[in-house]
Amino acid sequence: MPRSDFSEIPRYKSFPVVPTVTSGAHHPVVIVGGGPVGLTAALDLGQRGHEVVLLNQFDFIPGGSKAICFAKRTLDIWNRLGVAQLMIEKGVVWNVGKVFRGDRKEPIFEFDMLAVKDQEMPGFINLQQYYAEEYLLQAIDALPNVTIRWGHEVCAIDPDKRQLTVETDQGDYTMSADWILACDGSKSPVRNMMNLDFAGRVFEDNFLIADVKFQVERPSERWFWFDPPWGGASALLHKQPDNVWRLDFQLGWDIDREAAIKPENVAPYVEGMIGTETPYEEEWYSVYTFQCRRMERFVHDHVVFVGDSAHLVSPFGARGCNGGVADADNLVWKLDAVLKGAAGPELIESYNDEAITMADENILNSTRSTDFMTPKSTVSKAFRDAVLDLAEDQEFARPFVNSGRLSTAISFPQSPLCTADRDIWEKGIPPGSPIIDAPLRNSWLLQNLDGHWALLAGRPIDNSPLPVVVLDHHMARERYDLSNGGAYLIRPDQYVAARWKHFDLKDLGETAWQA
Amino acid sequence: MASLITHPNLPHPDDIYGLLIGMHHECDDGESHKRNAMLILSLANHIGDEAVVRQAIALVKQTSKGQS
Ligand SMILES: Cc1cc2nc3c(=O)[nH]c(=O)nc-3n(C[C@H](O)[C@H](O)[C@H](O)COP(=O)(O)OP(=O)(O)OC[C@H]3O[C@@H](n4cnc5c(N)ncnc54)[C@H](O)[C@@H]3O)c2cc1C
Repeated sequence: MPRSDFSEIPRYKSFPVVPTVTSGAHHPVVIVGGGPVGLTAALDLGQRGHEVVLLNQFDFIPGGSKAICFAKRTLDIWNRLGVAQLMIEKGVVWNVGKVFRGDRKEPIFEFDMLAVKDQEMPGFINLQQYYAEEYLLQAIDALPNVTIRWGHEVCAIDPDKRQLTVETDQGDYTMSADWILACDGSKSPVRNMMNLDFAGRVFEDNFLIADVKFQVERPSERWFWFDPPWGGASALLHKQPDNVWRLDFQLGWDIDREAAIKPENVAPYVEGMIGTETPYEEEWYSVYTFQCRRMERFVHDHVVFVGDSAHLVSPFGARGCNGGVADADNLVWKLDAVLKGAAGPELIESYNDEAITMADENILNSTRSTDFMTPKSTVSKAFRDAVLDLAEDQEFARPFVNSGRLSTAISFPQSPLCTADRDIWEKGIPPGSPIIDAPLRNSWLLQNLDGHWALLAGRPIDNSPLPVVVLDHHMARERYDLSNGGAYLIRPDQYVAARWKHFDLKDLGETAWQA
Repeated sequence: MASLITHPNLPHPDDIYGLLIGMHHECDDGESHKRNAMLILSLANHIGDEAVVRQAIALVKQTSKGQS
């Protein structure tokens, strides 16, 4: 069986197809898929010293950028892996979003994605997905223990034997693995071949993406319109690197999708938004609809689903790729512990629980945004319009305005890997939440955490079995409410596992670290 | 936690009722839906307590059950 035909897909960068290999090899970890999620998992596992084989049916990085908005939490993760600085240098940094209505010049709602200042990473960057993938690949290149097989398409799986059949231009081969990570995207062939569910809602609306190139000075902010004067129910404008702008227009349900991306039909929207004076060039036009879905379970014995293969959301909160990178971050340290024999395979079950909590919150937020933007009934439209009418003059109504609640780190306080507070805390960061960066005297807090367990404390801890990061800056101590002693136990993925106002080394015995 | 007041709490109920109906004077259904929504949103903000709003919604669903 020949490999599928991908000639229709625009390419950013091609790679030589990797020759076929002999059947029967066994590997500790095989990753199916080389999108941002598979690449993040490969880089993280590789940096932890594991032998990883990544299979990608493509022999290229796709050119049309799907994701462009990368959130602070993703940047924190990529910074730990050493690739965020490049992305920030290339990317467009932004923190502020504005929502407009009709031709009113003043926004009806504004938000700031970096509510807590004094952190190393910004609230958001915009960057074409192909750049993000390229930088991840460059970092992976430095790791001899990670192999990328371009042009290798998984066409069958035997989950009981943990065996894959892989198609190449030169014929197929089989391989097996201790762990198979299915990072093969929303249409996940692995999920389909295993006959697994993917339940959820389809939203009846079409959105036109026009990525266009033009030269204008505008603030680096997310601008969103309800009832824009040039037509359509809503529109979105985002700045990308290389003078590329993402224009996104809500077109409605009953449309001719092929006609919608013809330049002459796109032009009235683009010119409506940027004016007829500004010359522009097409980068990429496409129409998409969206769905909110997830698998019932992400862990199926030794096959683990990560990213879009496991869950799918509408793009309006930028929660797709950001959510998938969070999955990879959550999974990899656990897999590392299991592969090194420091924990049993049941630790992977906590990935199932925590990643599902994250997916559900992403789906909830994205469903609510979509319901606001595309009201389904007379009454929901009445509420939506009521909010927008009120928001023009009434401050109280503005927080109801929902043009997408953008991706932020998600907490899972119920997780068994987190120990409930014994003391009463009014401030600081509770167990099950990701820690927040803060300035230290000579560095940033997160720079001192290298993907392993650690303690945070206001002053040194004697005889600690774990590395201790001492918060030597008052701002950091205040952020963690550690000015009067105490300590936090931090998981490898920078989540709080436990915290104590008066810490004793014995307290570690009751935590997930010890277990 | 505050709970929803369910005993009569208005000295002049006919006046309030008249105001609620009067708000819709000469409105078509679409406009009426929107005005009701605005009123609910502003009162919900004034109440400022999710628990109270939840109790009111539960009461509505219970009372109106099976009649739609
Ligand atoms: C219009 C649009 C805008 C978006 N904007 C944003 C945004 O701003 N921010 C954000 O966070 N998210 C955004 N997203 C979502 C984001 O693009 C996805 O969540 C993200 O690409 C998921 O990454 P992934 O690695 O899980 O899957 P994918 O990127 O889909 O990668 C799947 C990989 O699997 C490989 N593969 C598939 N089948 C096989 C097989 N059988 N054998 C071998 N390899 C295989 C593919 O070649 C590919 O490398 C957007 C999506 C759309 C459609």
